[in-house]
Amino acid sequence: MADITVTVNGKAMRRSVPDHTLLSEFLRETLRLTGTHVGCDTSQCGACVVHVDGRAVKSCTTLAASVDGAAVTTIEGIASGSDLHPMQAAFNDHHGLQCGFCTPGMIMSGIDMVNRYKAEGRALTPDAIRHELEGNICRCTGYHNIVKAIEDAAGRMTSMATAAE
Amino acid sequence: MSEGIGARVKRKEDKRFITGKGKYTDDIRMENQAYAAFVRSPHAHARVNGIDASDAEGMEGVIAVLTGAELKADGIGNLICGWAISSKDGSPMNMGPWSALATDRVRYVGDAVAVVIAESPTLARRAAEKVAVDYEELPAVAHADKALAKGAPQVHDNAPGNLIYDWGIGEEAATDAALAASAHVTEMHITNNRLSPNPMEPRSAVATFDESEDHYTLYTTSQNPHVARLVLSAFYNVAPEHKLRVIAPDVGGGFGSKIYIYPEEITCLWASMKTKRSVKWTADRSEAFMTDAHGRDHITTAKMGFDKDGRITGFKVDTIANFGAYMSLFSSAVPTYLYATLLSGQYNIANIYANVRAVYTNTVPVDAYRGAGRPEACYLIERMMETAARELGLDAAELRRRNFITQFPHQTPVIMAYDVGDFGGNLDKAQKAANVAGFPARKAEAARRGKLRGLGYSCYIEACGIAPSAAVGSLGAGVGLWESAEVRVNPVGTIEILTGSHSHGQGHETTFAQIVADRFGVPINNVSIVHGDTDKVQMGMGTYGSRSGAVGMSAIVKAMDKVEAKIRKIAAHQLEASEDDIVIEGGEVKVAGTDKKMAWHEVGLAAYTAHNLPAGMEPGLKEGAFYDPVNFTFPAGCYIAEVEVDPDTGVTKIVQFTAADDFGTIINPNIVEGQVHGGVAQGIGQAMLESVVYTDDGQLLTGSYMDYAMPRADDVPFYTIEHNTTVCPNNPLGIKGCGEAGAIGAPPAVINAITDAIGSNDLSMPATPARVWAAISAARPRVAAE
Ligand code: FES
Ligand code: FES
Repeated sequence: MADITVTVNGKAMRRSVPDHTLLSEFLRETLRLTGTHVGCDTSQCGACVVHVDGRAVKSCTTLAASVDGAAVTTIEGIASGSDLHPMQAAFNDHHGLQCGFCTPGMIMSGIDMVNRYKAEGRALTPDAIRHELEGNICRCTGYHNIVKAIEDAAGRMTSMATAAE
Repeated sequence: MSEGIGARVKRKEDKRFITGKGKYTDDIRMENQAYAAFVRSPHAHARVNGIDASDAEGMEGVIAVLTGAELKADGIGNLICGWAISSKDGSPMNMGPWSALATDRVRYVGDAVAVVIAESPTLARRAAEKVAVDYEELPAVAHADKALAKGAPQVHDNAPGNLIYDWGIGEEAATDAALAASAHVTEMHITNNRLSPNPMEPRSAVATFDESEDHYTLYTTSQNPHVARLVLSAFYNVAPEHKLRVIAPDVGGGFGSKIYIYPEEITCLWASMKTKRSVKWTADRSEAFMTDAHGRDHITTAKMGFDKDGRITGFKVDTIANFGAYMSLFSSAVPTYLYATLLSGQYNIANIYANVRAVYTNTVPVDAYRGAGRPEACYLIERMMETAARELGLDAAELRRRNFITQFPHQTPVIMAYDVGDFGGNLDKAQKAANVAGFPARKAEAARRGKLRGLGYSCYIEACGIAPSAAVGSLGAGVGLWESAEVRVNPVGTIEILTGSHSHGQGHETTFAQIVADRFGVPINNVSIVHGDTDKVQMGMGTYGSRSGAVGMSAIVKAMDKVEAKIRKIAAHQLEASEDDIVIEGGEVKVAGTDKKMAWHEVGLAAYTAHNLPAGMEPGLKEGAFYDPVNFTFPAGCYIAEVEVDPDTGVTKIVQFTAADDFGTIINPNIVEGQVHGGVAQGIGQAMLESVVYTDDGQLLTGSYMDYAMPRADDVPFYTIEHNTTVCPNNPLGIKGCGEAGAIGAPPAVINAITDAIGSNDLSMPATPARVWAAISAARPRVAAE
């Protein structure tokens, strides 16, 4: 067993978990945060993506014990109250989801890539978005509207950040 | 009407999905829940001489290990195929027995022989590994052509030569004569590669037995929970229908693979009765590859004859369809009535004959996957057309135009009667949007960069809304293919629509509300859609075959007609007017030409207070309807793919993809275009990336995303979408269906583009860089020699 102290969606907690517990299991089964999905067993589909200390990780290949001391954000934790995160709103606006199963991972990866590109001062072009989505599989949308949604959200996130400065 | 038919309304259901609050089967946790893990065969074919579960049973936390013998002893029935197909000689199809847990023989890698029920999923899996099964390996066969060879291993004793049926359609002698008299005959050998559907949500089931009521509840990943309940009751003897509730909550994609009732659901239900625990099973992706019904897997030889003017004279097709180890629920219908009946394509063909042999192999069962039969037909016809055009020295579009059906209705020689279409118009629109006129310049520019640029067409037609019930019944279907709906207007005027259709990504909560908004002028937020629960909706046929629009929505319209008739009576009575003068618009019920009116909610309230209703009228405002279509619908369109090939590596990029579709009336263009995007991506996946690979002795080589190439964002382009609408005359909204078109139309467009680029017709799907490079290399010496 491992004792971990972790902040999940802003809430600090201590938990004891078996050593082999995956972060995805910990979130879904222990905390019942079922928005994080599991779509594969080879770390390729990205349905399980969450943020650990602000960076996108695949929770299906992360041990819960390894996030001791970290801040974890899941799809349930990105809206502020009833205000959707711009990435969430953009997925709705652009019809970027159908069955919704890949969507939490897509949104979490989308936020991460926007942040990274911004920090590095690089332009997040549609080609770059497609390249960055290498680890996120969607079977429903053919990616067209997902790419559009992330592109649009990138603009919204940047202008929000500018407005806040 | 901003929210009505044709409006690009944002989806109502999105909120729960984008906030992580969707409720999928694996998200459900019952009190007292235990977990199932299956003991699966590692062999493609083996006799089971014994099962020793003692080690597993002795593990702490293991509740039970159950086997097929016990399942049989409890009277659980074999799985069935629900569509009877007879061979040409009149003999019935040879259906081998399929037990949810195999007893004496396993027939594919993944065939389950036992189930472990334990306190946690990990424990259940560990215990499953401890179950010792005494297998005696038998020779196996994995590929359809080899299964028919003399001396091939026999998959089922009652299917000699592994032949399930040898079926034919059309006139063979007339077709032979037409081909013999042709000025030119194009002949091709075409393989349609085997695919794994891969909805992103793996299959899952949570079964609960309530001993006090003898009642079962099953949450499951189903496209058609009502059919699941019917089959579980009537054939698998799990429980009578009134003692079995099936709920398909949010379902993460289906694409056909979640139509069927699989061994795992049956076993979970039965195990919950045996153990008096709720039993949950969720597939991992490897299990999905090993157990979800695969799609396609045809080998075909075809001949198409042309007269001296390039008009098709006859089309003869010989297909072998691989059904895998067992006949899945709709498997038999796929290469027959969903395939061979579409072999006329968009063309006037007087003589068609098709022979289809279905065979058993030691592989995962094969059934309908997005398009189901129609992609195989379309791929065949459209590759034949492109190849023929090249052989005849004609422009590929021109050859198609010469042969297009232009008069409707049109009776083909293979059952289908096309009701309406505008094939030339679709082609025009696609050519314009794809700027085909500018292609030579683009090709020349690509050549300067050392790239081979090619353009390929696909003019597809499909049949949707599988119907009418009497017709499909006469062709062997075990069920009717209607749909049900109920419209409930509440006393406060809000509306609930109960439907037998099931949404697993299609956006019914939005589009179904739109047709209500369109009719009654209420905001879509005042309309909710209820589906996917056999306790809430009495009966329905579910969602597959692009039928929810054409059939499901038609049922809603029929129920709305009845509601409207009652509203007219109530309003006429209350407003002292004639029923004929009542108009419903903008959320009001008015008397035409006067200022007399009732607000929408006042009519609802009047129906339920029942203080002042016409004499003899029952209170309430709720009507149901069953809708049985009068014909199939025929979505059709033209797709144009443009590719660039790197001749040194074979790496191919789709640089442009244009779709011009005729889906009839469109309720929400966003959603319809989304369906095309997704379908086209799956079609591109089939054409360039995806393939289920078995070794000759039946080992599955593509059992994970490491080996099975799913289309990623990088593999597909932005799509250009055009609509060319001819309204379907056979249903009230004029809808044809849009769910499968992309997967049907895209593969031949892509392959025709690549073969155009490389100058060789000899290329199979998936056109991987290695294959494309090999095709270029093979074509080169010939070119040099010419
Ligand atoms: S579940 Fe984590 S990558 Fe697929
Ligand atoms: S929306 Fe269904 S997998 Fe992406």
